[in-house]
Amino acid sequence: MATCTFWIDGKKYEAEEGTNLVDAAKANGVFIPSLCYFSHIDPPLGTCRTCTCKINGRYNPACTEEVREGLKVEVNTPELLDMRQALVEMMIAEGNHFCPACEKSGHCDLQHMGYELGISTTRFPHLFKDRLIDYQPQRMVMEHNRCIKCRRCVEEVFSSDGKRVFMYINRGNETMVGIDYEQEAKLSEEEAEAAMNLCPTGAIIVRGKSLSEPFGMRTFDMQSTQKQFHRPITQRPKGVNFEKKTIATVSLAGCFGCHMSMLDIDTDILDIAELVSFNKSPLTDIKTFTQRCHLGIVEGGCANTENIETLKQFREMCDILVVMGECAIWGGLPALRNTIPLGECLEEAYLNSVTSEPGEHTVPYHDDLPKILDRVYGCNEIVKVDYMIPGCPPSPNHIWKVVKSLLWGEDYSLLYAEFKYD
Amino acid sequence: MNLQTTPSTLFSVEPERSHLLAELWHYQLQEGYISPEVIQQLAEKHDLSAIEVRGVASFYHFFHEQPAGKHTIYLNSSIISSMRGFERIKEAFERETGARLGSVDPTGMFGLFATPCIGLSDQEPAALIDFYPFTNLNSLKVKEIVQKLKQGKPAAEICDNPADNIRYMPGENRTIFFAPYQRGEAVRKLPGLGPEGVIEQLRIAELSGRGGAFFPTGKKWETCRSYPDTPKFIICNADEGEPGTFKDRVLLSNQPGSVLEGMIAAGYAVGARYGFIYLRGEYRWLAPTLSKEIAAFYAEGLLGEEAGGIPGFAFDIRLEIGAGAYVCGEETALLESMEGKRGEPRTKWFYPAERGYLQQPTVVNNVETFAAAARLIQLGSFEYLKRGIPGSAGTKLISVSGDCQFPGIYEIEWGMTVAELLELCGAEDPYFIQVSGPSGECISAKEKYRRISMLDLLAHKDIRCGGSFMIFDRHRDLVEILLNFSQFFKHESCGVCTPCRAGNFIMERKLKRLQNGLADQNDLKELQNWGAIMKATSRCGLGKTATNTVVQALEKFADDFHTRFAETDNSTYRKFDYRASIADYENYKP
Repeated sequence: MATCTFWIDGKKYEAEEGTNLVDAAKANGVFIPSLCYFSHIDPPLGTCRTCTCKINGRYNPACTEEVREGLKVEVNTPELLDMRQALVEMMIAEGNHFCPACEKSGHCDLQHMGYELGISTTRFPHLFKDRLIDYQPQRMVMEHNRCIKCRRCVEEVFSSDGKRVFMYINRGNETMVGIDYEQEAKLSEEEAEAAMNLCPTGAIIVRGKSLSEPFGMRTFDMQSTQKQFHRPITQRPKGVNFEKKTIATVSLAGCFGCHMSMLDIDTDILDIAELVSFNKSPLTDIKTFTQRCHLGIVEGGCANTENIETLKQFREMCDILVVMGECAIWGGLPALRNTIPLGECLEEAYLNSVTSEPGEHTVPYHDDLPKILDRVYGCNEIVKVDYMIPGCPPSPNHIWKVVKSLLWGEDYSLLYAEFKYD
Repeated sequence: MNLQTTPSTLFSVEPERSHLLAELWHYQLQEGYISPEVIQQLAEKHDLSAIEVRGVASFYHFFHEQPAGKHTIYLNSSIISSMRGFERIKEAFERETGARLGSVDPTGMFGLFATPCIGLSDQEPAALIDFYPFTNLNSLKVKEIVQKLKQGKPAAEICDNPADNIRYMPGENRTIFFAPYQRGEAVRKLPGLGPEGVIEQLRIAELSGRGGAFFPTGKKWETCRSYPDTPKFIICNADEGEPGTFKDRVLLSNQPGSVLEGMIAAGYAVGARYGFIYLRGEYRWLAPTLSKEIAAFYAEGLLGEEAGGIPGFAFDIRLEIGAGAYVCGEETALLESMEGKRGEPRTKWFYPAERGYLQQPTVVNNVETFAAAARLIQLGSFEYLKRGIPGSAGTKLISVSGDCQFPGIYEIEWGMTVAELLELCGAEDPYFIQVSGPSGECISAKEKYRRISMLDLLAHKDIRCGGSFMIFDRHRDLVEILLNFSQFFKHESCGVCTPCRAGNFIMERKLKRLQNGLADQNDLKELQNWGAIMKATSRCGLGKTATNTVVQALEKFADDFHTRFAETDNSTYRKFDYRASIADYENYKP
């Protein structure tokens, strides 16, 4: 095959003619994100669309394009960067991805793409569609909540009879990857594990197998695959006085993990104590606001009417409102219940649980009790939120960099390793 | 059920797998559903895993995995139907049959389901019962129908015969499609022209694809002709799924001969041996008409060995019946479906003209394209070019429905203005007009001056029309229309690519917010941005066009949207439906 020249963002590159564009770009040091692309599947699947570029002036996924002489590709224009980011955000909003509760967290390609593309929150509303977890296969568990329908397993996994183990079933937004119990049973232990590793997310789990590396040692924890990965530096107007500021904090439907993280900056906390005073906060145990605050920090989403009231109070009493953690942003772990109707949850907990006597128990309801909402809401769905600090929990550095930046105008940026979804 | 339940025989070159859809149909009609045993049985027969067969069956919404009743009733859920009283008819059926929409009654006698447009928008409300059409329904009629079914009368005997409703054709014998038809007239012209001559005729007349993409037909045939591989195939795309469109239905029932002759001409021109009509499941009731016509063609020697008496030219045609999947109207999805697979569009590595059905060179054209080709060959391109306007010659069939006095088929000459068409169909107060279905374009009454043509150059002046006009007057709720479209796409996406599968779902949620009065200016902006992302990144035409209407409507009818919400800029509280959010919990108040 002959070598040909092609162009990416106005720069000239060389590759063997007929090479897949994703590979050719990678070989030349240009990062094009991809999820469903597998160099040996021909023709390429083109399902996830994460590698969408502008090729000779038209939007097309890079994975379905071969390099040829004079090919002109746009990869890193602001529009395309945003578009690719949106596609990954769509997958995050569509599935029910609870990273801290996932076996694959840290080794997950979807998560990894989120980091590489700098996604901190999704612009789309989470759909919270109720999905099945299929425990029927002999060796595997199919976690449909996490499946991004990339089609890898459908195309790659065959039993010894040469029959498919996985196949799409249904259509439209009901589409999911079905598993054939009979064929699955024929897979060897190694083949089953290979299927699990093939899955870009944690949708295929082999029973008894866990990927238990400690944080920091997992596949995508420390190092970006992009040579020049950097998050944008948030710049602030200079010349703000280092005067003492007042902060209020609260945990709504959260686990206090974000508050723990906040305290986790070791001796730096002494410096911070010099500069801020806490008003209403679990740290001071002040229950009600005694003054207007410069900054309100909210952890956790809204699961009941009391949460809504408190949140509104914070909005009114604080100049700047920051929410921290996944729960506050979109519901987080408490939102595990969002796919299930409230009635079912309450009845399971209070009426039909193993320990409840039939007829002896009721669902608690009293005018003095907060009312439970139909689902857990992110804070931004209730009040206008000024800033969000994602993470579960966000790292202490992350939280304080944001706080310092907001209160005293310090520029800041995060390292790749400083921000995780779990 | 006396619908042809035994699948038609495959051609000798086709693999067994191509039979799968027909076999699934067989069991669906015979047993009322596709049981796990049937899936197992078919899997063994085709040497597939059971999940693969289930994957195919569950893709098509006329195949049920649970019993769907001895009589299966499908109500049309399109926007036209809902304007004409879908809710009323639904309630009537629920009352009479005892089945709730989406389920089967306790006795297992009736299954009641909603399905997107069944191609009868000119006589809504309409339903399919056991795949036979029932039109212009009202509560009384529903009661009678259900009573008769309960008495044991088969749906085939009591169904309606949908009127063609051909409302207009150009005067002075200028009609192309509905001129008196003599079987074999076009076919007999073929030998005189020769294969290249046929293509030349199409090229001169600038005939282009009438499915809505307007790809030059001559070029498509020429490309297919240029590949030496055999066998080649001709496929007539009769999967007319775009809500509001019913022109192919009328052509197939009124002019099946023209369609067949167009296919024979294509076969002759490109050197194809076999032809197929992929008929959408909703038009199953048209299958007998088509089969009869095909049989007549064989009897007259227009099909088979030495078709049309042309030495060395053999051509056969068979019917293939879809099973409820809008996306199969996309040509590569249609090919997958014909091969007995899920109707998922292919990536565009190859065009069907090079590698189509069974990876062989294939021409896929719309029903109307074939009919027009036959008539064009019969008339000669010189005569054909006298109709229409320069650059857009000939006539076009348009399905008109909605708020007008005379819904039906209009054969217009290209170049007619929107205003003239609206005048003809008696639209008194048109406000919002949906051209070419939900995936098409929406125009406001202010754009009446625009010409209907297939020109792309003068887009601001001309409007391309794939074949339907849905007219809405100013009393219709714009958001309801958009939501109906959005729900349609959400269900009909093949589910393969992210932007279409997830995007349509997300758009629907957003439109619901808008309907509930919870949206603000920012939500509208987001709808537009997200629509643009879906358009740029989707895998096939379905996703690329699904948000067209929303994006255009937000621009053209901006004022209507602004009245949907009070301006509350910079508000610190989001709009939030407090009452709805605690409604579930209030159920537990002692």
